[in-house]
Amino acid sequence: MSWLAIVILALGSYALKAAGPLLVGDRQPSPGAARLLALVAVPLLAALIVVQTVGDGKHLVLDARVPALAVAALCVWRRAPFLVTVLAAAATAALLRAL
Amino acid sequence: MSGRPAYLASALSIGVATGVYGASFGVLAVGAGLTAAQACVMSVIVFTGGSQFAAIGVIGSGGSPATAVGSALLLGVRNAAYGLSMAPLLPRPRLRRALASQIVIDESVAMARAQTDPVDARGAFFATGLSVFVLWNLGTLLGALAGGQLDPKDYGLDAMFPAAFLALLAPQLRQRDAPAAALLGALIAVVLVPLTPAGIPVIAAALALVVAARRCREGMPR
Repeated sequence: MSWLAIVILALGSYALKAAGPLLVGDRQPSPGAARLLALVAVPLLAALIVVQTVGDGKHLVLDARVPALAVAALCVWRRAPFLVTVLAAAATAALLRAL
Repeated sequence: MSGRPAYLASALSIGVATGVYGASFGVLAVGAGLTAAQACVMSVIVFTGGSQFAAIGVIGSGGSPATAVGSALLLGVRNAAYGLSMAPLLPRPRLRRALASQIVIDESVAMARAQTDPVDARGAFFATGLSVFVLWNLGTLLGALAGGQLDPKDYGLDAMFPAAFLALLAPQLRQRDAPAAALLGALIAVVLVPLTPAGIPVIAAALALVVAARRCREGMPR
């Protein structure tokens, strides 16, 4: 990844964070717009989960990441803290690979 | 005022947790081909964990920098929603407001929203944002320095990505239409992985929002 890509990502990320406070001020978006903004991350996060769990470049593979995600899902369902969830997933994958 | 506000302990423990997570970011970033310096600078100037993990995930699976930046920025759109909701809490002077905008992230906003008193909400926002900023960057530095020495897969660090994204996604699924948008996004991605270059499946999943947008409009009272 080039320095240019990192700088572009930083500028874009900052623009998204600061747009509300610096440009819009205290005016609030319409309820419909607010609902859509709140939904933006949902399909992307779902897609990232799929790609990072069963994706391997241009192929779909089933490996230790699948049971690791199942353990993470169990943690999330039991309302485990964020750190416990990600460490449990990592430990599951590491353990299965070490077997 | 008597004693320290209750949110300080939570702010610190959230900071410690993101510090550990930041260390795994550092390791994975170096594993994906970034230099240690790039990983550290990225954590300071980009400073939004989900987008950073998304970017190096795309790069690590062979995607182009353009698709990496594209999917990272799409994921960062939620910060725009956070920024709008936090605006009334942030300081008025322009420079301080501009600086405070950099710490508009999942953790600081969630902590602010958990307070009932507006003064506490502002305090919790800053305490959490600064604690996460310091420890996330410290974690990235340590992880990036250790990164060259170990294979992330041996420690299951690659499985941390989907687990972390799932932990971010779960609370958002309570919104109306969110489960449908998530399923549609996942379906688009899994179909496109074998067909398109890396990075495209995640960006294309945003198409699920077109369906959601129609439903948001229909659900609006006239």
